[in-house]
Amino acid sequence: MNFVSDFKTRATAKAGDLRHRQVIRTALRGYEIVRDKRKAAFQSWESARQAAAETKWEAVNHLDTHLETLVAKLEARGTKVHWASTAAQAREIIAQILRDKKARSIIKSKAMTSEEIHLNHALEAEGFTVVESDLGEFIVQLRHEPPYHIVFPSMHLTRGEIKDLFQKELGDAPSDSPEELTMVARRVMRQKYITADVGFTGANFAIAETGMISITENEGNARLTAALPRTMVTLLGIEKVLPRFTDLALFLPMLATAGAGQPMTCYNTMYSGPRQPGEVDGPEEWHVVLLDNRRTELLADAEQRDALHCIRCGACLNVCPIFRNVGGHTYGTTYSGPVGAVITPHLRGLQEWKHLSNASSLCGACTEACPVKIDLHHHLLQNRRNAVSAQPAFFEKLAYRIFSIIANEPTFWALAKKIGWLTQPLQALVKGSSMDPAKAWTKTRDLPPMPQETFKDWWRNRK
Amino acid sequence: MSEREKILGRIREALQVHAPLPGSHGTTPVRSIAEPPASHARAWLPAVGASVEEQFALFARNAADLKADFQLLANREALPAVLRSLAQAEQWRRVASHGGALTDFACAALGLPMLLTDRGYEVQAMEQCDVGITECDVLVAQTGGVAVTSRSAGGRALSVLPPHHVVLARREQLVPDLPAAFARLQQLYAPDFPSMISFITGPSRTGDIERILVLGAHGPKKLTILCV
Repeated sequence: MNFVSDFKTRATAKAGDLRHRQVIRTALRGYEIVRDKRKAAFQSWESARQAAAETKWEAVNHLDTHLETLVAKLEARGTKVHWASTAAQAREIIAQILRDKKARSIIKSKAMTSEEIHLNHALEAEGFTVVESDLGEFIVQLRHEPPYHIVFPSMHLTRGEIKDLFQKELGDAPSDSPEELTMVARRVMRQKYITADVGFTGANFAIAETGMISITENEGNARLTAALPRTMVTLLGIEKVLPRFTDLALFLPMLATAGAGQPMTCYNTMYSGPRQPGEVDGPEEWHVVLLDNRRTELLADAEQRDALHCIRCGACLNVCPIFRNVGGHTYGTTYSGPVGAVITPHLRGLQEWKHLSNASSLCGACTEACPVKIDLHHHLLQNRRNAVSAQPAFFEKLAYRIFSIIANEPTFWALAKKIGWLTQPLQALVKGSSMDPAKAWTKTRDLPPMPQETFKDWWRNRK
Repeated sequence: MSEREKILGRIREALQVHAPLPGSHGTTPVRSIAEPPASHARAWLPAVGASVEEQFALFARNAADLKADFQLLANREALPAVLRSLAQAEQWRRVASHGGALTDFACAALGLPMLLTDRGYEVQAMEQCDVGITECDVLVAQTGGVAVTSRSAGGRALSVLPPHHVVLARREQLVPDLPAAFARLQQLYAPDFPSMISFITGPSRTGDIERILVLGAHGPKKLTILCV
């Protein structure tokens, strides 16, 4: 598979798709307005960002001790902790839990880590029934496609498309009103919660100090997933750790503000164990699976280590001019947008995924938007640099070698200018065609016309 | 070697190289961290008033923005009448709740079939209930939300499964902001925390269809907070 040409093909198609642009623009315009309003409500959003960045720095740069504390605390309350170096190991650990429990149906709340390890596919291949309970995830699951956006999975669909989908797949779509469509999903899901054998969740934060997993959601689906089935499984990226319980007082409102322009997400829930003695409900067993999946490789790159500070709020996607034009599916990755372009080369191979770091205007809007101050646009530059130094491009090197010879020698330079002046009209004949040597640039742009007189000539001839 | 040892080994090896503090742009860190960076969060989060009256007013405004119904009642004796009028307006037939000083008092006055979660319950039966009535631990003026736990609010499901969640709170449970809410929870429970602590900020909602707000995605469509 050629990831670069696939990306270019999809990007070209999406950038010219006016309907897609309209849908995304409508969705994100509203986001920016409410987010700015919530940011303005902070007494100092910038101080909060700096403190959040420093807290994450502290967590990630002492990851080993925080993980050990977290695990010891979790285990002390009867939680079973598993460690997975690879996606395959994580899938096998989870499948084995399901086999041991003789489970058939799994209800899932939203988890990007599960997308990352392609969990649904693996479980369905073994005959388990997996149902996504987050409305957006449920919609894209019915369409057999990955989430479009890490926070808003079905952002690319109109209510009409969702109505048709529900009619086709569920045989129930009274109208295209978002209210009624949501109620269809609510009715379908209710019985699934009650009958599911296992509830599966992701995690937004893990608190080392108290041994807790914190889950942020608006719908209540994760609450129900963690309340009703007899077994609960949580898949947690190892970088999600925060040192202290009280750190959440800062991170929860920041995640809500940056992610969706809310003062607080509707449900922020901290779990510290399976059902404890004296409690009336909750799972009898809770398994927490810690996932590395090459996060330690990113950790080893001190220059880009702060990319592990990411709290997956999606703010950088929302403001990115590239994301807004090419859309989430074009990336072909679990994590899209600027943060996806930064981390995917680390998680899945630099040479195969370096093109994502080139699909950027380097405007820095992502870095500005990031609530934990990840230096995203510089990391895109570093990826480009690293990709080239690991695998230099022969023709590019040659071109610069020749350029430096010409530019260093006034006679050559004057000659080159003359040649350029004489031959540019010829370029117009082949502009944008396959014979044009500068095709990639000129097919969508016009070269400015050559001036009749160079500056040097003008200077010499002036009266 | 176990996967645990392998992962921790890779982490320790990676951390041999020092990463600069954020904001220091590759130079020497501008300062060392002597205290937790978030410990001044109160000064940066949205402002709350100084007096309790202002904070209740802020709570009421925030709750209204969230489309939650908040009522500050004169005293505990005012509860039954408010609940009865809710029961009548929404034609409650079955009520789910749990044992507690406020819930016992308020629910006794309703005279409706009750499902109490204290000694376990049937999920299907709770699903049939029209309302879940719980107590809570904290009201947060800054957000207009409440915090409940598996110990103080009848378990994990009671506050999310029925279509209407009614929270019975006491005035002294109001805290100004989120740092105070976390401090209160620590004070109440540490180190033996309930297995679930949930900050509930408004009724369940989704914007997954064209970013249009719909209440009652999976959890309650209505949230009523009655404070005595």
